[in-house]
Amino acid sequence: MREREDEWTGLMRLAISGDSVAYHRLLKAVTPVLRAAARRGLARAGQPVDQSEDIVQDILLAVHLKRHTWDANAPFAPWLFAIARNKLIDQLRRRGRRVFVNIDDFAETIPSESAPETVPAGEVAAQLQSLPARQRDVLQSIAVESASIKDTAAKFAMSEGAVRVALHRGLASLTAKLREQ
Amino acid sequence: METDQLIRTLAADNAHRARPVGFVLALALLAAAPVSVAMFFAGWGVRPDVMTAMHNPFFDLKFVVTLALAISAIAVGLHLSRPEASLQGWGWLLLIPAGILLAGIGSEMMMPQRLPMMTRLIGSNSMICLTAVPLMSLPFLAAALLGLRHGAPARPAVEGAIAGLLSAGLAATLYASHCTDDSPLFVATWYSIATALVTAIGALAGSKLLRF
Repeated sequence: MREREDEWTGLMRLAISGDSVAYHRLLKAVTPVLRAAARRGLARAGQPVDQSEDIVQDILLAVHLKRHTWDANAPFAPWLFAIARNKLIDQLRRRGRRVFVNIDDFAETIPSESAPETVPAGEVAAQLQSLPARQRDVLQSIAVESASIKDTAAKFAMSEGAVRVALHRGLASLTAKLREQ
Repeated sequence: METDQLIRTLAADNAHRARPVGFVLALALLAAAPVSVAMFFAGWGVRPDVMTAMHNPFFDLKFVVTLALAISAIAVGLHLSRPEASLQGWGWLLLIPAGILLAGIGSEMMMPQRLPMMTRLIGSNSMICLTAVPLMSLPFLAAALLGLRHGAPARPAVEGAIAGLLSAGLAATLYASHCTDDSPLFVATWYSIATALVTAIGALAGSKLLRF
C-alpha cells in the first residue's frame, strides 16, 4: 500500500515537471482504485454498482483540472482521495441519496485482478456533443481516433498551439457541463 | 468515451500548466481594488481630520484589526483551496484579529474616557458602517470567489465564508479611514455585524460557486 502510494507521488512529480508518459501511467494506475471505491460507494447508497464508470471519469477530469492544487512536497494519495471523495459524494447526491463516504474507502482498496463488469460511461460522451464544434472535433480526434496533437493540427489546418488550447478548453468545459447537469 | 481514451486525452493535455491559486486570487483582488476604492471616494471619502486622527492609537488600531482579518483570511482561504486541507491547525489564525480587538477594548477600559461606554459603543456612524462595509466588500468578494474557484476546496460553503471574511476585512480597511468612531467597542460591534453579513453572503455564494 505504502509502496504503491510512494510510486504515485513519484509519478505525479514527474508529470508536473512535464513527463506525459509518467502522467499517463499514473492515471492508469489510479483508475482501478477509483473504480473500486466508486463501486463501493454506489453499493452503499443502494445504487447499481455497474454505473461506476461515469464517476471514475468525473474524478479523472477533476484530478486533471485541479492538479495544480497538489503540493508537490506532500504525498499524492491523500490529495487524490480527497478529490475522489468529493466527486463521489457529488455524484451520489445527484443520484438522490445523501451518503457518508469514508476516506478509508479509498485507502483500503486493493485493485482486483479481474476487471469487474461495468456499463460503459455515457455522461462524458453525451456532454461532448454539446461542446463548440472546434473543441469537440479536437477532443474527438485525440480521444476517439487516438490522433496526436500534431496529426490533429494537420487534419484541421490548425496550429499545434491552437489544438492545445482547444483541447484544454474542451476538457474544462466538459467538466463544467458535468457539474451543472 | 472509454476511460482509457479519456486518460490518453488527459495525458495529451499534460503540457497545460495552471497558475497557482494564490496568483489568481492576488490578480483578482488587485483588479477589484480600484472598484472598491472608487466606491469609497465617491460615497464616503477620508475623514477630514485624518492627520490628527493618525496620532490616536485607537484610530490606527482599526487598520491593524481589519488588515489582520484580511491577511489571516487570505492565508486560511489559500490553505483550504487544497482538497485534502481542513481548518484544523489553521482556524486559530482567524482569531488573531479578534484577539487584537479584545486587547484594544481592554486597554481602552484602562484609560480615562470622556464618553460613557454605551455612547462609545453606539457611536455616530453605525448605519453608515453597516452599509459602507458590505457594499465596498462586494467587488472584493466577487474577486475572491473568482480566485478561489481556481482551487479545489472540499467544503465550498466554508471557503465562501472565508472569502467573505477576507473581503469584509479589505472593505473595512477602507471604511476605517472614513469612520470617526475609533473606540474598539464600536469596531467590535458594528464592524463585526457588517463582517458577519458579508461572511454569510460569501458562504451562500461559495456553496454554489466553489464546487469543483
